[in-house]
Amino acid sequence: MTPKNPDKPLKLGPFEFQSRLFVGTGKYPTFEIMQQALEASGCEVVTVAVRRESLYDTQQRNILDFIDRDRFTLLPNTAGCFSAEDAVRCARLGREMLELDWVKLEVLADKQTLLPDVVGTLSATRQLVDDGFTVLVYTSDDPVTALALEEAGAACVMPLAAPIGSGQGILNPNNIRIILERAHVPIIVDAGVGTASDVTVAMELGADGVLLNTGVACADDPVRMAWAMKHALQAGRQAYLAGRIPKKLYASASSPQEGTIAPA
Amino acid sequence: MIVNLNGQEHEVTDGITVERLLLDLGIRGPLAVELNRRVCPKRLHGQRQLNPGDVIEIVTIVGGG
Repeated sequence: MTPKNPDKPLKLGPFEFQSRLFVGTGKYPTFEIMQQALEASGCEVVTVAVRRESLYDTQQRNILDFIDRDRFTLLPNTAGCFSAEDAVRCARLGREMLELDWVKLEVLADKQTLLPDVVGTLSATRQLVDDGFTVLVYTSDDPVTALALEEAGAACVMPLAAPIGSGQGILNPNNIRIILERAHVPIIVDAGVGTASDVTVAMELGADGVLLNTGVACADDPVRMAWAMKHALQAGRQAYLAGRIPKKLYASASSPQEGTIAPA
Repeated sequence: MIVNLNGQEHEVTDGITVERLLLDLGIRGPLAVELNRRVCPKRLHGQRQLNPGDVIEIVTIVGGG
């Protein structure tokens, strides 16, 4: 049985989605497994990256041959860019190639942590918004930065749960809560999700969605994990909408306290 | 003449267009071209001629998160 009141769709710029799970397309063992995992995840948005064309092996299979564009909306990213300038160039190349003017913006600070360069990220956000992009921006879990990005015109702010690909889950739920309380644009938790319960926690906090890749692609069974992520997201979302009970220090009996038999 | 193509020196005939370069390279599928750090839109590939020393990036779509 599904809940009586249907959930509202997630609106991002010109798009509306029923699924709140966004799935990346990197690091799968094969394109075929990726295809099955995307299917199992129930996602409607998949992220892709922009990279130099191989000039010497032009017979390579392209990932787009394995993604049905009638079914999935592609979201090009600027992954691998370490300056605002490169990220803006990368976003424009993605737009030229896919004829979509939205982007998952990443400006990274260094290769070991892959943490966002928030100063460069803010600068690139402003440039891309001015250039007509719908900007979904990856950032740290710092509430001050998240609000500055909203102010700069981002359509969606995407704070990390933990460093990219680290699988550590939500390291600072309090920061995510503060961002969710204060932001007016959709908040999607992006990066660092390791397993299904991490997705549920994000959605229980009130996140508007979750974006993940490595947790599915590098699981022993990516297709099964994609299925688990889909259901974890739904469980967390419904629990959030249902409204959880407050945590209490002491017990509260579930069975009546009166009418118990005489104690021995 | 020599241009810089995806980070490497590459010899092309004088006055070659972007469209001809792509044909010569045999690249198919989704791609975008950047010329001296600005996108060269598809509609201009047929007329845009390269100059010596131009820096060209030809990109495609790959998997990513």
